[in-house]
Amino acid sequence: MIRTVFVAFLALSLPAHAEMQIKEVTSPGGITAWLVEDHNIPFTALEIQFRGGTSLDAPGKRGAVNLMTALIEEGAGDMDSRAFAEARDALAADLSFDAGSDSVSVSARFLTENRDQVATLLREALVNPRFDQSAVDRVREQVLSNIRSDEKDPDTIATNTLDQLAFGDHPYATDGSGTIASVTALTRDDILAAHKGALARDRIYVAAAGDITAQELGPLLDRLFGDLPATGTPLPDRAPWLLQPGVTVIDFPSPQSTVLFGHVGIPRDDPDFFAAFILNEALGGGRFTARLMSEIREKRGLTYGIGSYLVGKDQAEIYLGQFSASNDKVAEAIAVLRAEWAKIAADGLTDEELATTKTYLTGSYPLRFDGNGPIANILVGMQMDDLPIDYPVTRNAKIEAVTMDDIRRVAKRLYLPDALHFVVVGQPTGL
Amino acid sequence: MSGLSVQSAALALACTIALPVVAEPVTTFSLDNGLNVVVIEDHRAPVVVQMIWYRVGAADEPAGHSGIAHFLEHLMFKGTDTVGPNQFSAIVEAQGGDDNAFTTWDYTAYFQRVAADRLDLVMKMEADRMRNLRLLPEDVDTERQVILEERNQRTDSDPGALLSEQMRAAQFQNSPYGIPIIGWRHEMEQLSREDALEYYSRFYAPNNATLVIAGDVDPEAVKALAEEYYGPVLPSDGIVPRERPQEPPQLAERRLTLADERVSEPYIMRTYLAPERDPGDQKEAAALTVLAELLGGSGQTSVLARALQFDSQTAVYSAAFYDGSSIDDATFGLVVVPSPGVTLETAEAEMDRVVGDFLKTGPDPAALERIRTQVRAGDIYSRDDVNALARRYGEGLSIGLSLEDIESWDEALAAVTEADIMAAAQKVFDRRNAVTGWLTRPAAEGETTE
Repeated sequence: MIRTVFVAFLALSLPAHAEMQIKEVTSPGGITAWLVEDHNIPFTALEIQFRGGTSLDAPGKRGAVNLMTALIEEGAGDMDSRAFAEARDALAADLSFDAGSDSVSVSARFLTENRDQVATLLREALVNPRFDQSAVDRVREQVLSNIRSDEKDPDTIATNTLDQLAFGDHPYATDGSGTIASVTALTRDDILAAHKGALARDRIYVAAAGDITAQELGPLLDRLFGDLPATGTPLPDRAPWLLQPGVTVIDFPSPQSTVLFGHVGIPRDDPDFFAAFILNEALGGGRFTARLMSEIREKRGLTYGIGSYLVGKDQAEIYLGQFSASNDKVAEAIAVLRAEWAKIAADGLTDEELATTKTYLTGSYPLRFDGNGPIANILVGMQMDDLPIDYPVTRNAKIEAVTMDDIRRVAKRLYLPDALHFVVVGQPTGL
Repeated sequence: MSGLSVQSAALALACTIALPVVAEPVTTFSLDNGLNVVVIEDHRAPVVVQMIWYRVGAADEPAGHSGIAHFLEHLMFKGTDTVGPNQFSAIVEAQGGDDNAFTTWDYTAYFQRVAADRLDLVMKMEADRMRNLRLLPEDVDTERQVILEERNQRTDSDPGALLSEQMRAAQFQNSPYGIPIIGWRHEMEQLSREDALEYYSRFYAPNNATLVIAGDVDPEAVKALAEEYYGPVLPSDGIVPRERPQEPPQLAERRLTLADERVSEPYIMRTYLAPERDPGDQKEAAALTVLAELLGGSGQTSVLARALQFDSQTAVYSAAFYDGSSIDDATFGLVVVPSPGVTLETAEAEMDRVVGDFLKTGPDPAALERIRTQVRAGDIYSRDDVNALARRYGEGLSIGLSLEDIESWDEALAAVTEADIMAAAQKVFDRRNAVTGWLTRPAAEGETTE
């Protein structure tokens, strides 16, 4: 039975991209995707996200979704690992699969002339992966190798320590790669279960950009995803927030201490989000003129780089920052940082900072849409964040609408100097 | 002033897939003061990137002053007669733009990415700081601390980075490529404002630079702006041909072991001295590029991965790497991370056995054909990223390649034959030219058997 492909047009008058149109395409089978057509270059970038990710791991099976994701390209249908890779390379397609704490993501890039064959290949990988025992064992060893490396990586040690302190018994509390013990114990059946639970149609988000029309994309969606299970593993609940103020030092032999710090954040859909976003950009944006970069790097030379981030996970909000500094200077850097946190909480931003930060954010936004790959990425991220399809048109107005009163009010709400927790991995002195 | 010459980056390839004729016009011209200008048009989005590439890098530093090229790169953001201290980036950001810079052994490059209608401003600012840098002594002192922290973070905190640094120092017996770009710590600590200014005034000049403007621009308009802002900048009379110390014949393999308690996964790495891309002669470099891809480019299909990760469980990871984009000799590298229970000695022996077998049997023709296909597709995919295209031109011109060399590189890769690969492989795998490095944990819990 042939059904039409439904297409909702949205003409965007993006200041920097007058002709860009985002279309919502609904396939005959009912799967939706966002599309930006651009026929200048004969290829398509396709971005797919399945909500849930490593947080769907069953109790005692930590690392199953991660290992499963690493195995998707290790053989499918009648192709073993090598045959699959050879077929992919012969079509000059790029396919990558990644497991995060909130989603399994798939990125594909293929030439127009090979579109049908690549779709067949990708469909087999998503719907019909083999998970051969030999591949499971081989890739498991790679994952175990990564876990052992992470155990001696100061950045990962810091992240895992903070997550453990913050999230109690929620999946966010532990590394999605799993532990040596949990990954060693995973069976092929665990991998099959993880696949069935994580790659389902009830949690899929798709964006395409490039040389493909809505009429072509619709049937492609059904081919790729139509045979996936309708529903998957239920998504996890809200995470608890247990991080207490303080300093946790993890001894690690290094000339530098790696510091991860933070406290509770702000939800993406909170009415104060845009004020918080501006505040964070002014304080901890990676730019040289942001306050933390200016005070800790430019004026005092205490670090090579420092930044802070409003991290919006599906089930938690964190305000995080990180830097590294010599063991004998890290205490001074932390003292400066605490003072900056208190200062912005008390005083907010100056008129000039608010103006320049707005100019930067509104001016740089359109520059992001500068290729098929970046556009597909942005569009799938917007869907994961539950943003409306006209968001690129309205976003800058939301930045502009933030007033100094908003900034002062939200600064007091967002910045909690007494709540900060610092995880310091190294051999700091004077802390 | 020379006239405009329009070239196309679209390559005429003899290939089985239908290459579209995509107009990605590249325009080049030069100013009277010697500045070379490349304009790459991409009108899909109203964005432009400006890059200025100085033909000077860490390998051009005076002896004993390692790190000065990179230190100056940092100091270039400190202000000029007309731009206040640390205001350069602030002005770019106030336009919604981003800016940064990078230093290698062969070049130092600065870039800004802004809306296309702000090009005027960033060209004016970049031309200004080509000659008018002003450095306050206190800014120099603070920034020296920043680069020492950068070294701490990127090198001294990473045993793998330390091994690579040691291996390069052993690989190059006479070439300055053996000195780290960031610098040796004891020399970095001594770098002065005078060192920076002397280096700056000699090397930062229009006759030692390439300007690349890429994005939604009109070449004629760019030319007018270039003449207005860069045209008045005086050339330097200190620019001489880059004839650096060359490697003598290397007669003995060097072997080293770096033991560090922060190592979790020991590995073995081997580098061989290898030829680089030369102006008008990129054939051998192209063959080595394809050789690296065949031997260790893919985790599923490469020769090393098949032998060490599939046919046997010797390794959890293996790879081969080569980058011929340099002025002087490059390196060809192999790396193997052994499986648990496999010693570095065994891993190295197996790696050598696999390479030895390859030298007898040669490449799988189907694998070679797949690489050719990917090269051709890469030419199409690369058009989606005008920054990467700009970088390709800037880098190539900065290491002495011609426009023709740069534009025919993909063609050179696609033309590599089995015989080319075998000839290049026979030549490069000479243990007298090699450095073998083992990264291990300290001996007490060591993986080594000897």
